[in-house]
Amino acid sequence: MHSTKMVTTYLYTRYERFWHWLQMVLILLLLITGFEIHGLYSLMGFEQAVNIHNFVGITWLVAFAFFVFWVFTTGEWRQYVPTTKKLFSVVRYYSFGIFKGESHPVPKRKGAKHNPLQRLTYLSLAAMLLPIQMITGIFYWTYNSWESWGLGFLSLNVVALIHMAGAFFILTFVIVHVYMTTTGHSIFAHIKAMITGWEEIEEGVKIEDWEKAPAGRFSETVSAEKG
Amino acid sequence: MRLKLTHTRYVLFVLWICLLFVAPTPSFAKQKPEAPGLELARQAVKTGKKPTTADHSQFKALQQSFTSGPEISKACISCHTKAAEQLKETLHWTWLDPNSPKDNVKGKAGYSLNNFCISANGMHDHHCNECHIGWNTEGKKTEIDCLRCHGQKKINWEEVFEDYRYFTESEDPEENALAKDAQAEIQEAAQSVGYPTRTNCGSCHFFGGGGDGVKHGDLDSSLINPNRELDVHMGYDGQDFDCVRCHTTVAHKVAGRIYGTPASDTRQSLLEHDLEAKIMCESCHSDNPHHSNSKMNDHTDKVACQSCHVPEFAKVLPVQVWWDWSQAGKKKDGKPYDVKGPFDKPVYQSGRGETKWEKNVIPKYFWFNGSIQGVTAKDIIDPSKPVKLAWPVGDRSDKNARIFPFHVHQGKQPYDIENKTMAAPLLSGEHGYWATFDWQDSIQRGADYLNLPFSGKIGFVETGYVFPSTHMVAPKEEALECNQCHTRPESRLANLTGFYMPGRDRVNVVDIAGWVIVLCSFGGIVLHALGRIFANGRKREE
Repeated sequence: MHSTKMVTTYLYTRYERFWHWLQMVLILLLLITGFEIHGLYSLMGFEQAVNIHNFVGITWLVAFAFFVFWVFTTGEWRQYVPTTKKLFSVVRYYSFGIFKGESHPVPKRKGAKHNPLQRLTYLSLAAMLLPIQMITGIFYWTYNSWESWGLGFLSLNVVALIHMAGAFFILTFVIVHVYMTTTGHSIFAHIKAMITGWEEIEEGVKIEDWEKAPAGRFSETVSAEKG
Repeated sequence: MRLKLTHTRYVLFVLWICLLFVAPTPSFAKQKPEAPGLELARQAVKTGKKPTTADHSQFKALQQSFTSGPEISKACISCHTKAAEQLKETLHWTWLDPNSPKDNVKGKAGYSLNNFCISANGMHDHHCNECHIGWNTEGKKTEIDCLRCHGQKKINWEEVFEDYRYFTESEDPEENALAKDAQAEIQEAAQSVGYPTRTNCGSCHFFGGGGDGVKHGDLDSSLINPNRELDVHMGYDGQDFDCVRCHTTVAHKVAGRIYGTPASDTRQSLLEHDLEAKIMCESCHSDNPHHSNSKMNDHTDKVACQSCHVPEFAKVLPVQVWWDWSQAGKKKDGKPYDVKGPFDKPVYQSGRGETKWEKNVIPKYFWFNGSIQGVTAKDIIDPSKPVKLAWPVGDRSDKNARIFPFHVHQGKQPYDIENKTMAAPLLSGEHGYWATFDWQDSIQRGADYLNLPFSGKIGFVETGYVFPSTHMVAPKEEALECNQCHTRPESRLANLTGFYMPGRDRVNVVDIAGWVIVLCSFGGIVLHALGRIFANGRKREE
């Protein structure tokens, strides 16, 4: 349906893909066990759910530490710098343009994997929601030590409230995120890209200056590809 | 080709990650070592029963002819010279709580009340005195009956002494020979002594309230010879503990709670203090009894072991749960009568009123710091609500309080409307209620014995009385599951509020708002998807 020529680009490195799918497994397990602990249903039993939730939670902390290391050492953090530029066009695209068959206003390119809406979402997730879940999770887990750590002022009620609110936001994110993967040029295009690393993108799309990594590290590769 | 390969590899990798999480979870672990608390306790009781160094049948003092109970006790005391004086200081003899106020002293010989036979009327109710450890029902006006607790041979003392007297005085030589037999029986019983067994303690404690299993729920005659299933510690096929194995005794002082005084004010294990009474679970099991990675250990500061390990009581025999004295006194054809109900237990007796019984009872849970607050015959009550005659002390802010299981016995009993005090009727004997069916007279007599005023105006008020459930400890497989408390709406701890319990509690605003957001986003994507499908179809048509 697109008249533009598509080229296959290697967009997601091995670690990125690994981190993505590991996250998926961990979040899924945490959601399933978490909502069981919350009393929503009975699947594996409360005790088992708690054990798995705690184990997966700790695993998540370790994995997240690696992600933080990766995001800063590789300079990938730049992909998460928020911007309002073209944010409205992206919102407009998903609200209207997508139904008319318009092209995405900010298509994926190497060095600019995230559109402004994604930048905002993923930044909120990685820098706010997930850390909040991790911190409240740690507090929840170490409830018995609060007193000896001088944290006696904490209330489990409040910690649980924040942790639960976070869980609902994550569940909402998962629902929308999974749906959004179907909005590529084919239903499974984005999922396939996250598995293989190779994304089909429209040829010859120019990277705006504001999207470029300041160090110019990515612009080189991009121009090389373009050439 | 290359793409495919990576694809498979990643699917396998994700599966491998999944396995990684499942593998360390408990259900997959095959052979688990014993929990540290169990191992510790096993070590503590390794030597089994206490050995004895004396054969009492060899003692001259016990080979004499006895004509009365007190003579036997004198023989005991001739060797155990301090026993009587030690015993007379204990609650078992005094029936008075030494730690209660002098002007409102607690105890069966004091002003304490319950909602069973109500009051012992200062030990003037001889029926109650049957459980006093003297040789008759005259209370403290007799000699200590050592054999009540130490006798290993149960005989009818009154009858055998009567026989002995009668046959000795007889002039018939054949009957004189029978006297010898009676004396031989007496001597044999006097010589059969040892540490108190479950039968000794149980002869009173299993039958409190005037019958088997009336009072406690976790103490009844089924514990004379229980299996492990009924009680892991006392079961003959388990540890076969006697009561004194945990109710350790020093100079005849038996460890245990005395009214408002907790059984122990420390929760130390024997490792911390080897002469500590073994009355707490922690004494042998420590306060970190479960496997080191177990969340259960995190509970021991706020939840008593019993809460999970005594999942129910009255497992073999029923326990009385209700006693309504206000129904007493009805007659059929001018005569008192009894009606039997389920479990072959009385549901109505003219002398007692209406009673209800239950089996396999689920305890009620309260914060408990080991102390029980009681209402005495002197205390002013509020008759507008059920009177808590005995109630656990403690709340969440109390550092020594933990959640503990209880049997709550409820009933209705007489009170003095004008003085706002609980009535203490005299029940047994020729002037007691059981003979006269006259509340006015029996309450007046009971009040006179206690030197208390009585206005003559009688009402009936609902009462509650608790017993901590600490016996009938179930095998560990039957301990409570997490979700018997961590659940809603039928949590066993539903009545305990003021703290957040995962699985039981939720913040409604968060839950409602959370689901609204989740559902809206789901609805949103469905609409969006439909829109795309529709738009796509139209484009194809074009």
